[in-house]
Amino acid sequence: MAASTSSGTASEIAAAVRAGATTATAVLEGHLATIAQREPEIHAFNLVLADEARERAAAIDAQVAAGNDPGPLAGVTIALKDNMCTRGVPTTCSSKILEGWKPPYNATVVDTLRTAGAVVVGKTNLDEFAMGSSTENSAFGPTKNPHDTSRVPGGSSGGSAAAVAAGFSQIALGSDTGGSIRQPAAHCGVVGVKPTYGYVSRYGLVAFASSLDQIGPFTNSVHDAALMLDVIGGHDPLDSTSIPQQHPSLTDAIQQGVEGLRVGRITDLPAGADPDVQERLELAFEALQAAGATVVDVTVPAFTFGLTAYYLIAPAEASSNLARYDGVRYGMRVEAVDTNAMYGATRAAGFGEEVKRRIMLGTYALSAGYYDAYYGKALKVRRLIHDDFERAYETADVLLTPTSPTVAFKFGDKGDNPFAMYLCDTYTIPSNLAGHPGMSVPFGTGAHGMPVGVQVLAGTLQEPVMFRVGAALERAVAT
Amino acid sequence: MSARISATDVAKVARLARLDVTPAEIELMTSQLDGMLEHFADVDLLDLAEVTPMTQPFPLSNVFRADVVRPCLDRDEVLAAAPAAQDGCFQVPPIGGEG
Repeated sequence: MAASTSSGTASEIAAAVRAGATTATAVLEGHLATIAQREPEIHAFNLVLADEARERAAAIDAQVAAGNDPGPLAGVTIALKDNMCTRGVPTTCSSKILEGWKPPYNATVVDTLRTAGAVVVGKTNLDEFAMGSSTENSAFGPTKNPHDTSRVPGGSSGGSAAAVAAGFSQIALGSDTGGSIRQPAAHCGVVGVKPTYGYVSRYGLVAFASSLDQIGPFTNSVHDAALMLDVIGGHDPLDSTSIPQQHPSLTDAIQQGVEGLRVGRITDLPAGADPDVQERLELAFEALQAAGATVVDVTVPAFTFGLTAYYLIAPAEASSNLARYDGVRYGMRVEAVDTNAMYGATRAAGFGEEVKRRIMLGTYALSAGYYDAYYGKALKVRRLIHDDFERAYETADVLLTPTSPTVAFKFGDKGDNPFAMYLCDTYTIPSNLAGHPGMSVPFGTGAHGMPVGVQVLAGTLQEPVMFRVGAALERAVAT
Repeated sequence: MSARISATDVAKVARLARLDVTPAEIELMTSQLDGMLEHFADVDLLDLAEVTPMTQPFPLSNVFRADVVRPCLDRDEVLAAAPAAQDGCFQVPPIGGEG
């Protein structure tokens, strides 16, 4: 039995568990020991499921002992962002309004992972309802960056990114509406992928902005991210927006190099990236050229309008999606004399400041007299962004940008100015609006020795080529 | 800074959103929402007359499933998660202050 289990990739661990070279129990205990040691300081989790995970690991080991194959993720530990429904297990979205709620069903990804042999170790912290870029908006307190606990892990999936970076689990799942997987991945020095909209089922993912939300993995390697998407990608009859087709294997795709690929540099990219981040991006271009790719200049003129369009579209959808938290069917209730008074009091007590701000902005943008001026116009900008990207992808196979303009910042750095926080997502938001995939690959360190991520963007369902480029960047940084 | 949104607008929006707000919150939200809407003024520079709005990444027509009975959520389990339930239903306070 292997003594050390926190090292090695998910595929190596799964192979070892399937072959009987190690056990799921040993793998799990390695992670639980790390959690016991560092979780009090990091606070990656809203809930650690040690007992359930031990039971599950023992069942997988029994399967192997009986000569059965537990699946491609046999014994691989996984942390789930706490906005994915787990039957009978609290799912809070880091909001007081859902505190203690136990969903009566599993998200599709939860069932899929279980079937593949994975072991869920816990539910991770996030900005309330995934609204934020630092986890400072969690009702249960922030998560700390494992590389420097005075700094944020990014957000909103900060708990998931920190869990992987700290070795609490091999893999984590997050959700990305405007950068909520890629930005924390960059800040925590791990791989994070937002697939094409519809690549992974959203059934059982608590909705924030339904036309933008997408589930994706945090991993220690590009290969593990490919493996995860090979497992969780695909059509789900329970999610009518999931793409009704089979996806090609990404673990196969990354066997290919980047010779002959055209890597786009966006010449009209909004300025604002710190010099240390910009320097890493330049080195990434050079590395890909050295690996045989060609760098080409492209323009995406509407890219710069992404932030403003997003901050009307996402709150508009959120204001509608979050109408369901009214103290009737789940979560908390503040008692009052009639239903209207109960709704108002419950929502005032249950939602945090950022969530209220977005509900207000969204409700305003959708209200009579303002719909055309704001929401309608934002949808037109969304079209421009999509079309500009499509044109760029006629001359480039992928685009390369910084993931985040800065390395992880200190707690409280963004003060009381919501827009300063929103600027963190300048480079990630446009691909959500277009529905395109994007991934962040760790590419060395910048200021204060903190990790820097480089973002690879590609067109609809161009994950294979995006992953080839991601794998090439990973190889370059390893040498 | 020209005000794009007034405290009266904010109070009305809060009512539409079924969200109780304090006078202090109204004041803060008025200035913050105004700031957000000011950023949106950039978009007014674009000519959008001929652009088709994009509501979602993939055009979808209605998706129908076969009309056959299949398992659904367990009623008792669903009601157990509600703040109040009675006789197999969600229980709420009187509507519109009646009763």
